[in-house]
Amino acid sequence: MKKALKAKDGDVVVMVGTMKGAFLYHARPGRKHFEMSGPHFPGHSVYALAYDGRAGRKRLWAASSSMHWGAVLRSSDDFGKTWTDPKAANVKFPQQTGAALKNIWQIRPGRPEQPDVLYCGVEPSALFESKDGGTSWSLVQGLWDHPHRAKWTPGGGGMCLHTIVLDAKDPKRIFIATSTGGVYRSDDGGKSWNARNKGIHTYFLPEKYPEFGQCVHKMVQHPARPERLYLQHHFGVYKTDDAGDSWQDVGKGLPSDFGFPIVVHPHKPDTIFVLPLKADEFRCPPDGKLRVFKSTKGGGAWQALKRGLPQQDSYECVLRDAMSADALKPAGLYFGTRGGDLYASKDEGSSWKRLADGLPPVVCVKAAVV
Amino acid sequence: MPVTVHIPGPLRAYADGATQLALDGAPATLLAALDALGARFPGVRDRVLDEQGRQRTHVNLFVDREDVRFGGGLQTPLRADAVVHILPAVSGGSLVLLP
Repeated sequence: MKKALKAKDGDVVVMVGTMKGAFLYHARPGRKHFEMSGPHFPGHSVYALAYDGRAGRKRLWAASSSMHWGAVLRSSDDFGKTWTDPKAANVKFPQQTGAALKNIWQIRPGRPEQPDVLYCGVEPSALFESKDGGTSWSLVQGLWDHPHRAKWTPGGGGMCLHTIVLDAKDPKRIFIATSTGGVYRSDDGGKSWNARNKGIHTYFLPEKYPEFGQCVHKMVQHPARPERLYLQHHFGVYKTDDAGDSWQDVGKGLPSDFGFPIVVHPHKPDTIFVLPLKADEFRCPPDGKLRVFKSTKGGGAWQALKRGLPQQDSYECVLRDAMSADALKPAGLYFGTRGGDLYASKDEGSSWKRLADGLPPVVCVKAAVV
Repeated sequence: MPVTVHIPGPLRAYADGATQLALDGAPATLLAALDALGARFPGVRDRVLDEQGRQRTHVNLFVDREDVRFGGGLQTPLRADAVVHILPAVSGGSLVLLP
């Protein structure tokens, strides 16, 4: 049912984007019972959602994309009771690029000290920036003009810029990841960009360690340790301790090092979660067992988290933005499947409960403490 | 009679609720008609054409009941009393699963 969530300060809101609309879930901090609101934007796919709690806001952002009418960014200041509906499209490529927006894959509120700045990552791969709270958007030209861009090629999902990391320490440093293309870093606020893929192996290219062309699926940084980032690659889980200057494979011990999402624990920079899938063609959990794997050592020494998850004949797929953590203690973890199930854990993945089944295919899950 | 444009249900919110609009100024082509429409209601034009002015893949445009994809496209000439239909294509509701 579509209604406003009755969320109070400190509650959890889990935003779920699907191929046919968005669904919102809300719980008190104990996370025993969730109420649902949705579908919002029925019939539209929602690949990107975000919560913006800066400057006293409690704002939800959603990218709704109609196969007929195109994609727009919308926001809600009343937990989904009402949404903005921009008359004119708000994210547009400039005419001279010759490009047209296909989809919006990522929404990233800017740094706390710049509460009116937001970024979004789109398909075809490009970064957009807003400096007026999301009313108007402009193409980040420095990345668009990068000489590598002409040689980026689409992954299975299309050619998308799906990850934006604003460095927690250096206000001029931004990371993005694009499939394919890989990781790029700017140290001057987005004016210039350099590939940062050293050490990431590409079995699908004749050169095994190219400067760019990697198919990064998702990348995360922990704010308490900004030189450390993790990424899930198209085969391979990687870690960097020098802000992307070099990467090390830390996927050894996983039943498969292919997968889409990677999540870093909100309070523990050495703890990460992945969800392995068997092979890049099959894309289902190994042995039909739906398991999240956790490392508390910054990769390696992986532990299977499976209590409450189907351990027989589960042929689900969990996509790159479909897993998320809340910042409560203990942290909550959430993920949604392409089969339309939504799972939640209130004990950092030790046990799981199915919050919903029968949703449209889930493409995005974002949890926030509001 | 001026050129008439029929607005489909999903786009009426961007056209002050109008089901159809009469265009003054005798637009000579379909594109000129959409530009005139866009000057009044940019939300309609943006949802029919992308930012490069190309007809969106899953939107169909008819002039006097003929699908312009099989004719002159956006350059289809309009009679003074032409009737334009904007309609969502049946292909647009499919569930394309993207990994």
